[in-house]
Amino acid sequence: MSINRYEKAWLGFSAVMVVAFLSIIGYFSFVAGFQTPQEAEVIDPTRIEEDGRFAEPRVEEVIPGELYNVYMVARMWSYSPKELSVPRGAYVKFYITSPDVQHGFHVVGTNVQANVIPGYVTVITAKFEKPGEYLIVCNEYCGRGHQFMQAKLLVTEG
Amino acid sequence: MGYREDGLIKLGLYVSYVALALGALFGLLQVLERIPGVTIVSAGTYYLALTAHGVLMALVFTTFFIMSLATYVVTRELGMDTYSPKLNRLSYALVALGTVMAAVPILLGKASVLYTFYPPMKASPFFYIGATVLVIGTWVFAANLLLTVRKWRSAGNSGKLPLGVFGVVATLIIWYIATIGVAIEMLFQLIPWSLGVVERIDPLLARNFFWYFGHPLVYFWLLPAYIAWYTILPRLLNVRLFSDFLARVVFVLFILFSTPVGYHHQFMDPGIEAGWKFLHTTTTFFVFVPSLITAFTITATMEMAARARGGRGLLGWVRALPWRDPVFASIAFAMILFGFGGATGAVNAGNNLNYVVHNTAWIPGHLHLTVGTAVALTFMGLSYLLLPQLVGRELHSRRLALVQVYLWFFGMLLFSSAMHYLGILGSPRRTYDVSFGGAQVAQEWGPFLIAAAAGGVLLFASVALFLYNVLRTITSGARVELQQPGEVPVPEGAPGIVDNFRLFVAIALVLVLIAYLLPTAKIISLGTPGAPPVEIR
Ligand code: HEM
Ligand SMILES: [Cu+2]
Ligand SMILES: [Cu+2]
Repeated sequence: MSINRYEKAWLGFSAVMVVAFLSIIGYFSFVAGFQTPQEAEVIDPTRIEEDGRFAEPRVEEVIPGELYNVYMVARMWSYSPKELSVPRGAYVKFYITSPDVQHGFHVVGTNVQANVIPGYVTVITAKFEKPGEYLIVCNEYCGRGHQFMQAKLLVTEG
Repeated sequence: MGYREDGLIKLGLYVSYVALALGALFGLLQVLERIPGVTIVSAGTYYLALTAHGVLMALVFTTFFIMSLATYVVTRELGMDTYSPKLNRLSYALVALGTVMAAVPILLGKASVLYTFYPPMKASPFFYIGATVLVIGTWVFAANLLLTVRKWRSAGNSGKLPLGVFGVVATLIIWYIATIGVAIEMLFQLIPWSLGVVERIDPLLARNFFWYFGHPLVYFWLLPAYIAWYTILPRLLNVRLFSDFLARVVFVLFILFSTPVGYHHQFMDPGIEAGWKFLHTTTTFFVFVPSLITAFTITATMEMAARARGGRGLLGWVRALPWRDPVFASIAFAMILFGFGGATGAVNAGNNLNYVVHNTAWIPGHLHLTVGTAVALTFMGLSYLLLPQLVGRELHSRRLALVQVYLWFFGMLLFSSAMHYLGILGSPRRTYDVSFGGAQVAQEWGPFLIAAAAGGVLLFASVALFLYNVLRTITSGARVELQQPGEVPVPEGAPGIVDNFRLFVAIALVLVLIAYLLPTAKIISLGTPGAPPVEIR
């Protein structure tokens, strides 16, 4: 069971690489705060309109210029609201749910993305630094009209 | 004359080729349909085809080929029929029955739920029941092979298992552990719900069980390819494997780490805490290690062979390898592209890098390098070796075989690079038409969609060449003497620590419990009222 010298070196290199990758990922997850969705509330998908946030999907200004809540419904095959606008540099907290099947939510060109699962409310927080118009697409297959599901995000100068 | 199972081995291979043929046809349709401005079929048909492509390629082609390969390896390396050829027949029959039960609703458009069948989108109950019968068939199959190994042992063979059989046992163990997840999802969630026995389903819990199964599933595909790399490549090159011990360590590491990693498919899901996601990131990086060892062992084996043939220089030896041998070339290219696939897999595996590429075209870009090449190209190359031996005919054309392998390599480079790049640009996967009403960003995707289509056409041509060659071999290849089952060399040495499968299964189950028990309990305790079924429209 002797292991060749070069192979030992390769194993050592592999170990170092794995540890280095994990340290970097761990640092950005837990210190720098690049976190994936993890909060979830439960909701009855057949009665989302009984929840004021989803009865009237909208952008809500909590602290002007600093914190905005977005209440969003993803359904076959559209988002409401269809267009949202937030100022650059503000924290934007998205609450998204679905009354029918699973959907995706991806702000193209950014790392803002989440799965939307009926029975749950997905909660994610994001900050957009570059003003402009962004395309939001559904990237979880949701039926025959999946390719139509899109929305627009406007990041204003503030 | 071969072994009693040889008829079924052949039949399994033929079924896998039919799946490959249909799958490739649907694949071609997909790449062409996605070119901007091209419309060939309706959206509904596209998603039907995509479901069929995923199921045929990832489940039917692989499963039938693997069953035949595993039977081939076990009978040849142990030099005996399986424990019960009857049980073997039963298993093939069940897998075939399950396949038909699932395939009919797919082709009728009653199960366009893709091969991940996420609820609450609901397929015909036959789809779920068929998939379950298929899995039960594989359990019977695996039991028969494990009993064969046991019979071999009780016949007085106390030495190490031959390496190929060792790999098969590891593959089957992983399969048993993995399928617990999908069995729970089917029996306790999908089947009763699709039959209307229960009204609602928890889609997050279903994803949890699906990916418990879905990731180790990839090792069920990959390990048989590794078995070929480890056992057939050295024979092809006439050298000894660089390290038999480390090859066994590789298979053991897969038993340990292939299952507690599923959340790397669910980084974007709500309701699973960051700590658990990071734990699964960690184990995912651990499961890279056996593949890194494999890359070393196989490359070193090739280098030994090349130097023995007069290759020299730091890298110049590469030229001394038999690049004109289609079987060798298929394995070598499979490995090279798998190297790229491993690198892009490292991106998928990082919980906070994943959100750039999750559910984008990057993912099919990645999976066509792994299952779509490391596995599929190896299987095609192996066919050139195994079929002639099984049917007693010479390969119709080595030239065509070689062209086929090179076509796949370059086609896949093009297809997969384009898909990866589309993913970085944010273009979603599983989407009929990505023009999004002419949105600005979506217009930038056009050239890469065309490049992906060009690659896809080369891949389709490659599959067509492969099938033609196989068909000609079976029907009109020159007759050769069938190989007699000869004396089987038994590996030297007594079983060591790495041969202690019971121990590793126990550790693997503990790791699975650590990785899944609490977060699964957490999902259940959230107590969602669940979602009623939504019929596919
Ligand atoms: C002729 C060669 C092939 C072509 C042209 C092709 C093309 C494609 C394309 C374009 C997609 C993505 C479609 C979309 O996301 O909308 C796809 C998905 C997929 N392919 Fe292939 N493919 C080929 C061969 C293979 C092989 C050999 C395998 C595996 C053995 C495979 C397994 C898959 C799987 C599992 C998916 C994901 C399906 C899903 O998202 O539900 N493909 N293929
Ligand atoms: Cu969608
Ligand atoms: Cu995985």
